[in-house]
Amino acid sequence: MTAHTGPHPTRRLILQGAASVALIGLGNLPFAPVRAAANDKYPEEVFKLKNEADAIKALYGKTAEPSDKVRLDAPEIAENGGVVPISVTTTLDKVTSISLFVAENPNALAASYKIAEGTMPAVANRLKMAKTSNVTAIVEADGKLYSATKEVKVTVGGCGG
Amino acid sequence: MPIRRRDLLKGTAGIAASLGLPRLARGAETASIYDIERFGNARILHLTDTHAQLNPVYFREPSVNIGIGEMAGRPPHLVGHAFLERFGIRPDSADAYAFTSVEFEKSAGRFGKLGGFAHLKTLIDRLRGDAGEKRTMLVDGGDLWQGTGLANIMQGRDMVEVANLLGIEAMTGHWEFTYGEQVLRDNLEHFKGEFLAQNVFLTEEAAFNDAPAFDKATGRVFKPSIIREIGGHRVAIIGQAFPYVPIAHPKRFTPDWTFGIREEELQKHVDSLRGSDKVDAVILLSHNGMDVDLKLASRVTGIDVILGGHTHDAVPQPIAVKNAGGTTLVTNAGSNGKFLGVLDLALDKGKVGDVKYHLLPVYSELLKPDPAMAELIGRLRAPFVTDWLEKIATPDRLLYRRDNFAGPVDDLICSALRTELDAEIALSPGFRWGVTALSGQPLTMEDVLAETAITYPETYVQEMTGAQIKDVLEDICDNLFNADPYYQQGGDMVRAGGLSYTCSPTNAIGSRIAELKLANGKALSAVRHYKVAGWASVNGQQGAPVWDVVGKYLRSGRMFQERLGTGVTLKGVDGNPGIAG
Repeated sequence: MTAHTGPHPTRRLILQGAASVALIGLGNLPFAPVRAAANDKYPEEVFKLKNEADAIKALYGKTAEPSDKVRLDAPEIAENGGVVPISVTTTLDKVTSISLFVAENPNALAASYKIAEGTMPAVANRLKMAKTSNVTAIVEADGKLYSATKEVKVTVGGCGG
Repeated sequence: MPIRRRDLLKGTAGIAASLGLPRLARGAETASIYDIERFGNARILHLTDTHAQLNPVYFREPSVNIGIGEMAGRPPHLVGHAFLERFGIRPDSADAYAFTSVEFEKSAGRFGKLGGFAHLKTLIDRLRGDAGEKRTMLVDGGDLWQGTGLANIMQGRDMVEVANLLGIEAMTGHWEFTYGEQVLRDNLEHFKGEFLAQNVFLTEEAAFNDAPAFDKATGRVFKPSIIREIGGHRVAIIGQAFPYVPIAHPKRFTPDWTFGIREEELQKHVDSLRGSDKVDAVILLSHNGMDVDLKLASRVTGIDVILGGHTHDAVPQPIAVKNAGGTTLVTNAGSNGKFLGVLDLALDKGKVGDVKYHLLPVYSELLKPDPAMAELIGRLRAPFVTDWLEKIATPDRLLYRRDNFAGPVDDLICSALRTELDAEIALSPGFRWGVTALSGQPLTMEDVLAETAITYPETYVQEMTGAQIKDVLEDICDNLFNADPYYQQGGDMVRAGGLSYTCSPTNAIGSRIAELKLANGKALSAVRHYKVAGWASVNGQQGAPVWDVVGKYLRSGRMFQERLGTGVTLKGVDGNPGIAG
């Protein structure tokens, strides 16, 4: 190792440290043992909704405003649409939940995490994506919703220069 | 042959004393176009995308290289006369021949081939000598190990030996990865320089399974950068491998590694080099492609110069890009050994005072081949080359590949695929490597391999519906014309044989491709199944290697199957200077 690559813990390791949060996300599997933030019940009906706006409304009952305090880390082009690594962190205070939506998936809500008080608001997940889509992360903080969106391209591949 | 040399000198600097020298005197050490005024205290020499072309080649630059959105009309999306005007190059000059497709065939006879590693060695040694000891560094931007039959059969080992003799001190990679991890690591064991890649990480599974990595803490598979003292100052070179290796190529070659542009990790690394290591300059040795580099330069701060490759753009002058921390210069140094980038830096404590950049065409007629390198190249080729020298066909037209949508090389490959595999439609990847062959000059198997030599050459025939074919075309077209460069992969459009269509590059994905028609003029039906042949699939295939299919076809005396031309009608890009008038 050279001197200029210090042994800083990476975000990945930090996320592993927050495994109690990260590991409960199971993509868009319907049995994800996660409770929606808005209430303490498993949001079975929300996971069935097709449309992203409908799902956000059903889950939270309000709309989100885009915020640069929500960091959504996702690849521009997925290496494998079946397992797209994605992570969300935020510098917002009083975070109570983080949810992930894939607009073009058959069901828009992919995962929703309740963030317990005093927990680092950082989650990571792997999304199954059938095709190119916007991915949206919503952070609920102090009763308000904040979002970040990024397009993740799912391509047939090949033909690189 | 002295005529060529005379033309070359006229076309460039033109020294009367050199006129009419006999053939043996070619490559006189005094070729003045390589006299570069001394500047600064550090010289970085940059090669990229040579595609293992050991000997000098003909390579026609594109006449179609369309940029859309913010990329419209700016380098590298200028071709032909628009390019010459932008960079102040005379139309009938040697430089016009090197940098553009203008009057290519006529000029090829006058100015000859470019590149070749023995010629590069002579030029590099000379430029190093001019700058003085401990003031230079030679770097390679990748795609060094692939592109010829020899590199393919030797899995890049030939190029490692050549790189060592040439004195390459650092490199990054793209096609290097398509030999798979084991071969890559074996080759790097023998490479005397450093292989750098800040943007290649272990997958989480591989990290969990304790797969080898340069830095277990970050998961970085390779060393991200090196710091060299050049001209009494500390210069950091960061490597940026091609970000989309597992997408553009079969994932099976790199199952444990994940790539990407990795802007955030790059920014942290640059900050650390500047903050902790107190370097005086930061250079990114990049295989992103020029459009990606231009965007990256606007977002990542603290990089002085991006020495770029991948998109094979020969851009004579750096493009200055402003960002929150200052200005970053972005270059792209062409392909196939045609050019050598010369970056002269005036370094001060903690900063680059000033910069001069030259992208020198490597005119093989003006450079005496280095004897040691010529001997090495001969020795490497000897065991294989006799098998490949058989003349198998003589083309009746110029064969080139590079253009956004089509070229005669790929027309030929598609004709071979359709005929030999009895398919209605053929698809051939839009690679940007592959050399140019002149009309009337015999083609050999070595020439065919120079267009096809990859590690996944298997052909296939499959049934596809018209709708599926359109989806594939749309998907690949978006790799070229997505308005956001980070979503581009840097190749050209897949070539279609037996199929014509219209393309509107400025439209969004899903609405660029229309009016698809078969060779017989009938409209493609969305629901009907068609027999489609192809090669270079990212999925495993079992068919014969494409070079055997093309070789068999040419030996049978056939050449082009039907009308020439692209079969692609462009819409909505009239007047775009990325299309030659």
